Amino acid sequence: MYAFTYHRPTTVRQAGNLLAKDSEAKLLAGGHSIIPVMKLRLAKPSALIDLNRVEGLSGIELKGRSLVIGAMTRHVEVATSPVVREALPALAELAGMIGDPAVRHRGTLGGSLAHNDPNADYPAAVLGLGATIITNKRRIAADDFFKGLFETALEPDEIITKVSFPLAKKAAYQKFKQPASGFALVGVFVSKRGSDIRVAVTGAGANGVFRVKAFEEALKKRFSPKSIEGITIPPDGLNSDIHGSAEYRAHLIGVLARRALAAA
Amino acid sequence: MSATGIGMPVRRREDIRFVTGRGQYTDDITRPGETRAVFLRSPHAHAKIKRIDTAGAAAMPGVIAVLTGPDLSADKIGNLICGWMIHSKDGSPMKMAPHPALAVGKVCYVGDPVAVVIAETLAEARDAAEKIKVDYEVLPAVVEPAKAQSAPAIHEVAPRNTIYEWHLGDAKAVDAAIKSAKHVTRLDIINNRLVPNAMEPRVAIGEFDPGTGNLTLWNTTQNPHVARLVISAFVGMAPEHKLRVIAPDVGGGFGSKIFIYPEEVVCLWAARRVGRPVKWTADRSEAFVADAHGRDHVTHAEMAFGEGGKITAIKVKTIANLGAYMSTFSSSIPTYLYATLLSGQYDIPAIYCEVDAVYTNTVPVDAYRGAGRPEATFVVERLVEVGARELGMDPAELRKRNFIKSFPHQTPVIMNYDAGDYHASLKKAVELADVKGFGKRKRESERRGRLRGLGYSTYIEACGIAPSQAVGSLGCGVGLWESAEVRVNPTGTVEVLTGCHQHGQGHETTFAQLVSDRLGIPIENVSIVHGDTDKVQFGMGTYGSRSGAVGLTAVAMTLDKVVAKAKKVAAFMMEAAEGDIVFKDGKFTVAGTDKSVAWGEVALNAYIAHKFTGSQLEPGLKEGAFYDPTNFTFPAGCHICEVEVDPETGNTEIVAWTAVDDFGTVINPMIVEGQVHGGVAQGVGQALFEQAVYDRNGQLMSGSLLDYTVPRAEHLPSLKVDMTVTKCPSNPLGIKGCGEAGAIAAPAAVINAITDAIGTEDLHMPATPASVWAALRRSGHFQKAAE
Amino acid sequence: MPAVSMTVNGKAVTADVDPRTLLVQFLRENLRLTGTHVGCDTSQCGACVVHIDGIAVKSCTTLAVQADGCNVLTIEGLAPPDGPLHPMQEAFREHHGLQCGFCTPGMVMTAIDIVRRKGHELDEKTIRHELDGNLCRCTGYHNIVKAIAAGARAMKGA
Repeated sequence: MYAFTYHRPTTVRQAGNLLAKDSEAKLLAGGHSIIPVMKLRLAKPSALIDLNRVEGLSGIELKGRSLVIGAMTRHVEVATSPVVREALPALAELAGMIGDPAVRHRGTLGGSLAHNDPNADYPAAVLGLGATIITNKRRIAADDFFKGLFETALEPDEIITKVSFPLAKKAAYQKFKQPASGFALVGVFVSKRGSDIRVAVTGAGANGVFRVKAFEEALKKRFSPKSIEGITIPPDGLNSDIHGSAEYRAHLIGVLARRALAAA
Repeated sequence: MSATGIGMPVRRREDIRFVTGRGQYTDDITRPGETRAVFLRSPHAHAKIKRIDTAGAAAMPGVIAVLTGPDLSADKIGNLICGWMIHSKDGSPMKMAPHPALAVGKVCYVGDPVAVVIAETLAEARDAAEKIKVDYEVLPAVVEPAKAQSAPAIHEVAPRNTIYEWHLGDAKAVDAAIKSAKHVTRLDIINNRLVPNAMEPRVAIGEFDPGTGNLTLWNTTQNPHVARLVISAFVGMAPEHKLRVIAPDVGGGFGSKIFIYPEEVVCLWAARRVGRPVKWTADRSEAFVADAHGRDHVTHAEMAFGEGGKITAIKVKTIANLGAYMSTFSSSIPTYLYATLLSGQYDIPAIYCEVDAVYTNTVPVDAYRGAGRPEATFVVERLVEVGARELGMDPAELRKRNFIKSFPHQTPVIMNYDAGDYHASLKKAVELADVKGFGKRKRESERRGRLRGLGYSTYIEACGIAPSQAVGSLGCGVGLWESAEVRVNPTGTVEVLTGCHQHGQGHETTFAQLVSDRLGIPIENVSIVHGDTDKVQFGMGTYGSRSGAVGLTAVAMTLDKVVAKAKKVAAFMMEAAEGDIVFKDGKFTVAGTDKSVAWGEVALNAYIAHKFTGSQLEPGLKEGAFYDPTNFTFPAGCHICEVEVDPETGNTEIVAWTAVDDFGTVINPMIVEGQVHGGVAQGVGQALFEQAVYDRNGQLMSGSLLDYTVPRAEHLPSLKVDMTVTKCPSNPLGIKGCGEAGAIAAPAAVINAITDAIGTEDLHMPATPASVWAALRRSGHFQKAAE
Repeated sequence: MPAVSMTVNGKAVTADVDPRTLLVQFLRENLRLTGTHVGCDTSQCGACVVHIDGIAVKSCTTLAVQADGCNVLTIEGLAPPDGPLHPMQEAFREHHGLQCGFCTPGMVMTAIDIVRRKGHELDEKTIRHELDGNLCRCTGYHNIVKAIAAGARAMKGA
């Protein structure tokens, strides 16, 4: 790791000020994305602003037809929360598939979204449910948040404070793991909330998480695996790497989407 | 039989320190005044070094020295060597290119060490290493073994990048057999390149004592004496008696810690130059380019069958990738540890094998668990299984028809098998695996949309490495005996010094079991000393499943000498004739009387020497022995793998594993079963997950644990492990060895099972979901599922 | 350099550290608690697992400053030096759940955390799934799984 300065603010305002003052500073949430990258000397932040002692960033709350989860809420809390398991079981399931138990003890919702790893699980849920990302400045719709590989709509001094997930009538996540890293080789999140039908895919897209409009259209008639049978996903724009070709990923999207629909 | 004797599942004595975090691995050692070393490694697979500017790095905070290849040459530090000479068909010696510990003039693979920074702290050394400026002229690189011989030469000494073109066997007889065969099975096989990944990364600490001129190396090595010999005699670091090598607790080796590596040489040399201890600890990702890789063969193989499925010949052509430089034992792996096992468990009249070893711009390749024998087993067991399918025969029946039935059996490829019962292990495995019920299970899987397959691997290996004269005649530069020393203390406790080294095998328990059994003393009264060249006089280390068959036999021989001497002492004590003394259960008795003395009394009397004069008997009770085996040992067995393939995703799940092995005498069945478990896991890893992938430019794409899959608990099944026993006739204990069996047997069993399930042989290792899915698509089987 | 204070295996410790010091470095180098190991650099292997405030974490992916004010338990703190082993340590020994011993501290610390979360009756499938973050290259996990099941049961009485 390169040397850096360490800050431990106690309020979002303090954290925001520190971030605004130093364009090379980074936020430290669970640390399970940024610390590995820093250890490999692939990132060189001038400072880390530790959010772990900031008040009010953690917690799970059912607010009307939405589940509001604090940015510093650990994966394990989402995975095991009775509230989440009752209101949005697919989200709890997904959180329980992230990394491994020790990673889930530290990793956070906000950290994962801000990092926007193209193989991460949470972006699939956020996009697949049409969630809203709430920051210290504004509210960002999921469709506007993910901007490509490790890129988001967040401004340099913007801090995610919570995420609001609308409750879906039906939802499920299916993940096919890349066996070395445990990240998603392909992950598909499907949901149905009234007429809003979403199919979001992580792991496969060369530009990160994306929606599959062809599936969504077909599912409008009937939210069932049968509705998307025979619809193939073109491999263009999908990742090809040592773990799987674009063709394989395209094929898996179909398989996992059907399985998710069957489970939803 | 005592509770701690031979054959008992004695709980391991070493575990107390390991489960409490009190093991002492090399990285746990901190020497006074210690400095840290960081290596700058080549980012290019092949390049000329035009200039290295170390000034910026040297000026960084905490930096003590920045050293490069020319500094090493100026100090007359010699090159690393390969210690096994192989001659080509035409009689010419192998082409060993110079391998300096730090690159001189050019780099030959990504990761080739170019410079080292010695600094006060690790962070400072890392910071400084980034400031070294190297001006490279990038050259074209070759990474694939099959393309090496038509690529520009990497080393001047090796035109066509060819190290040797070796062969073994009778080409004419094989060609004739193939010509007259009823059927010939032909396969193209890739034995995938693996990264060993022992959980403990390598570490070296060099220290120089200017008062005595002595150098000490703490090192994660499987063979400290061999390291000392090579670093002294070939690298020329220091005379052997001025160099001490200590291998403390070592966290797994699997072959990768046999070899003499650049970092060890550099830490010693730098310690002497800077006058302070120098420590290097590999990062895991660094280990991917700093530790020798394994396997990496491209093979075409043919098996000829006569009447009734009788195998009449095997013909094999292999190109073996040895990487950018020849590692310590690299030349022997694809030759004498490979082609000599191509007879498998079968009576085959004619075998011919050609091996071209090539240089490529990749990490050096050397022994990895099994070393040559997994590659041979994969060739033979795939040929037999595919042959059976092509002939429409049951694969177990075809094997039975061809098994060797009488011993000794001379194969056409050097080996003389001394004992075995291949029918017994197959029969037991077939019963345990409930092969009879497979059809029913397969139909049940089909109902769930899964494809079920079953695969055999009836493997053989040559272990107990090895008779010195035999390996010497084949080109090995050292003898492969083992030594032992037994020191009996005056109070009767016993210290055993062995040249073997444990890095997971549990010698501190199994070796003590033998001593306890032979001397009739409590196991607590025995300690096993190993891993320090100042304590143990000499030894060849642990690899090739040799510690039991060779190292423990040396201990047994030494114990015989100790007992013989102790009988003399007892005879004086009881005023009896030496010939009348009987030793049993820790007691010396005068035959036919009730006169006896206990072990402890005899030990004491050996040292106080009150009962005999110096002219009658030498005081003391300490003996040593060197055991040189008279033959290899031949562990063998049958593994059966059952898989379920999801045709939609290509994912394979191993649903059952049965292993029945014949290891000869078993000292501790608990430990032996553990060795099988671990070996199978690594074999399954090779078959399903593991692969070092290079891109065309020689960048390692699977260069960390994020991209290289070491199997996890969820990837593996529980294993049914059982044994049959035919004792090894060539050593008095009857031990054959067990450390590599699983890794040797497993890959063929897995691939035979998957190909059985998916109905196509067009599948290479690792059989990842993506590649199984692609194979299904190519084959047109199960078309609907794969679409 | 920021000061950190924490309780490690029941003892209060305070030190000034470079912020880039990982918790595992702090434990191994500053406190000389070398039972916690570093087996990788990408948070995959779990050899470095310790408990922070009773919860298993990877100390190679945690800064020492993040553990400021926390209660840290390492493999060395599980059993008194001259006392009996922790039931999970004993189970690993009894069931030959280790060979080279390098992954063992992380395995044992993870195993105890599994019991905390999943209780004392653990089936094979659960154990294998929960070991997702710990690599062993020696045992093939077969005996580790047996050891954890037995250790979990033994912890019930302890």
